[in-house]
Amino acid sequence: MNGSMKMSRREFLKGGAIAGGSLIIGMYLPLSHFSAALATPETSFSPNAFIRIDTDETVTIIVTKSEMGQGVYTSLPMIIAEELECDWKSIRVESAPVAPVFNSPVFGAQLTGGSTSIRTEWERLAKAGAIGREMLIAAAARTWNVVPETCHAENGRVINSNGKSLSYGDLVKTAATMTPPRDAPVKSPDAYKLIGKPAHRLDGLAKANGSAQFGLDVNLPGMLTAVISRSPVFGGKIISFNSTKAKAVPGVTDVVQITSGVAVIATGFWEALKGREALEISWSEGEWADLNTPALVKEYATLSATQGLIARKDGDPGKEIEKAAKRLNAEYQLPYLAHATLEPNNCVVDLKAESCDVWIGTQYQTECRNTAARISGVKPETINIHTTFLGGGFGRRATPLPHLVDALEVAKAVKLPIKLVLTREDDMQAGYYRPQWYDRLSAGLDESGNLIAWRHTIVGQSIATGTPFEAMMIKDGVDRSSVEGAQDIPYSIPNILVDLHSPKKGVPVFFWRSVGHSHTAFVVESFLDEAARAAGKDPFEFRRALLADKPRHRGVLELAAQKAGWGTPLAAGRGRGIAVHESFGSFVAQVAEVSVASSGEVRVHRVICAVDCGRIVNPDIIRAQMESGIVFGLSAALHGKITLKAGRVEQSNYQNYPVIRMDEMPEIEVHIVPSTENPGGCGEPGVPPIAPAVVNAICAATGARIRSLPIQPESILSEIKK
Amino acid sequence: MIDLVVNGKKYSLDVSPDTPLLWVIRDKLHLSGTKYGCGLGICGACTVHIDGIAQHSCQMQVKDAAGKEITTIEGIPEDHSVKVAWQEEDVSQCGWCQPGQIMAAVSLLKTKPQPGDSDIDSKMTGNICRCGTYQRIRRAIHKASKMTGEGVKK
Repeated sequence: MNGSMKMSRREFLKGGAIAGGSLIIGMYLPLSHFSAALATPETSFSPNAFIRIDTDETVTIIVTKSEMGQGVYTSLPMIIAEELECDWKSIRVESAPVAPVFNSPVFGAQLTGGSTSIRTEWERLAKAGAIGREMLIAAAARTWNVVPETCHAENGRVINSNGKSLSYGDLVKTAATMTPPRDAPVKSPDAYKLIGKPAHRLDGLAKANGSAQFGLDVNLPGMLTAVISRSPVFGGKIISFNSTKAKAVPGVTDVVQITSGVAVIATGFWEALKGREALEISWSEGEWADLNTPALVKEYATLSATQGLIARKDGDPGKEIEKAAKRLNAEYQLPYLAHATLEPNNCVVDLKAESCDVWIGTQYQTECRNTAARISGVKPETINIHTTFLGGGFGRRATPLPHLVDALEVAKAVKLPIKLVLTREDDMQAGYYRPQWYDRLSAGLDESGNLIAWRHTIVGQSIATGTPFEAMMIKDGVDRSSVEGAQDIPYSIPNILVDLHSPKKGVPVFFWRSVGHSHTAFVVESFLDEAARAAGKDPFEFRRALLADKPRHRGVLELAAQKAGWGTPLAAGRGRGIAVHESFGSFVAQVAEVSVASSGEVRVHRVICAVDCGRIVNPDIIRAQMESGIVFGLSAALHGKITLKAGRVEQSNYQNYPVIRMDEMPEIEVHIVPSTENPGGCGEPGVPPIAPAVVNAICAATGARIRSLPIQPESILSEIKK
Repeated sequence: MIDLVVNGKKYSLDVSPDTPLLWVIRDKLHLSGTKYGCGLGICGACTVHIDGIAQHSCQMQVKDAAGKEITTIEGIPEDHSVKVAWQEEDVSQCGWCQPGQIMAAVSLLKTKPQPGDSDIDSKMTGNICRCGTYQRIRRAIHKASKMTGEGVKK
């Protein structure tokens, strides 16, 4: 990739590389078969293109998935390059436009999420690459007047058995006139040259030299910057405002009221911010102005004592727990969490009478296009969504895009290109959090310490209610993302009841890296550890025995334990904790090694991670995603909480919403289980096991059982005293 | 008018003297490699060099940068050992913090050509990476230090 991505269709057409024509491999719906075309400089834009090969040997891969750090601009091209047999160094990447052909089969929309990219794209990208390869071979065979069977493709060239060869660039024009085969054979894994081996990231240079273009980096001629003053309480409305002082700030060009608040428009961000500080607004705060976190926790706790909607029922856990030899009860709680992506949300809108261009680091292109059409009134087919690099995603950029609505409303009012920027504080207080949760559990053990019954009541807002995902995610009133990881608890327990309450609150909640698993893995894996200790058994062996018919869980559990030296002596004051969890088609076990200072401060020294994510594309990207997931989960476990006081979010920036920094970074070791299973996800599955692994390690080190996140030093000290 | 020297190039700008240097670099000079993350000098995404020393450009008013030598990520040579090591170790994920991380690392290696882990901890702790690439940052700094020591790179 040559630095930044191509930024517009116009530039796409202008590109010098296509002067001689290109071969475009595109996909057509609804039959999902591939087509090919010769593109000339006038016609080279193909809305359905997956691959474009130019006469200068450049191979451009059009990637439908958003690059937010998880490596899709490297791993997805690897799948195509493997089959296409092109020179890896000739690859460039462009973001896909919005088109049905780029929709995710899981979401029915163009969306990057749910750790699905490799899982849903592998097959069709391999096919696209293979068809390209077969066409180039056929073109060479025709040129030489030989049968294709005497030719093979290698490193960007077609080679005949007589030794002659032609480069892909030389073959583009001939290949583009041929009918693509309906099908082409894909390689058997033992013939892979790229897949399964570490390849350097294609965006590594652009991200090291600052040329990678993110949404906030887009500049258009005549563009102005807007910041919005929004209600301090979710759902509040403006009563009145005075913009006189704001308009007097140098650089401020306009102040306009929009649906979400008051927009200050200026020649730059700083000028807009100064203008916003001078605004005088009177708000009607609405029904959520008395929302306070302690009261909310209490309300949830009360609710958890009643049975909710049943997500799973096996046997009769109520009765079995009653008559069990040993009974355990516990309550767990987790706070709202912000994504805190390092690039705050933003977008650039260029709205004209009959077209609309949007530059945005988004995970959800279809919704961007639909939102732009709805607000601007411009026809959807004249709307261009340009996906930039995303400065962190974690689900925050798959949200229903209120800031795009803001930008469109401002652009409509001022009739100039607009960059809409959220300050760090705006972003952190904008909602779309991981929900706050409260869980009540009980379990029964028999005389031999076998786990015979498990009851788990979950209380927390549904993230799907009122979103485009409602029909897909909510069944019989149960949002499956609220119970994922709990309802499908992997352990062999004869009596299980999992039920759910989904109270409605004014705090916007949504996807947050690993979604429901970020909550359920902590609760399930902590309480299971409690059960192991109550049974007087080793937490690793206890799990292992209950996973007899779950070979992949057991595989990662055993690998992590072995690599961590489970059972071997540790330095004084240290403890080991283990957790295993399946999410997004992958299985991850982690062993954390921690110590607790006399102040109660926790230090995580080392994390051993074992992952089974099926067949793999790039092992180094998998390692990077496990490292990333662990650090993300550790930030939440040790520091993360969003709390409310009088309806206001109390956190605003990294000083009161701290995240892990270099000085808290543990040593992380990642081991990948060799597998021929279908591929699993990687962006999220590293997150869920770390919080329980750490609290289980704290318990091993000190005897203190932590049931509330984030882990508070004072809670550890008071537990130790007990 | 404020006169600035950024990456060896002179600029004469009509901006309010209290504007943070960050927003002058980004919005007026359109050098977008220097990033905004917090606006409080606590995340490090806006790190630039002022007379060779790493500083948070969001905390410096543009008037205080006048007459000084300002270097942004765009002013670090492409073959600089730190940039090269960053790619070899595949440090970047989302990439938003990385220009700031690299500017901090370049500055660290200037003052401490062979840093130990504790030097890296104390110097790099001001730079947040939400993707959690710290382990690779550490490795890349050691690698860059080794390259420089061997005289391979600057």
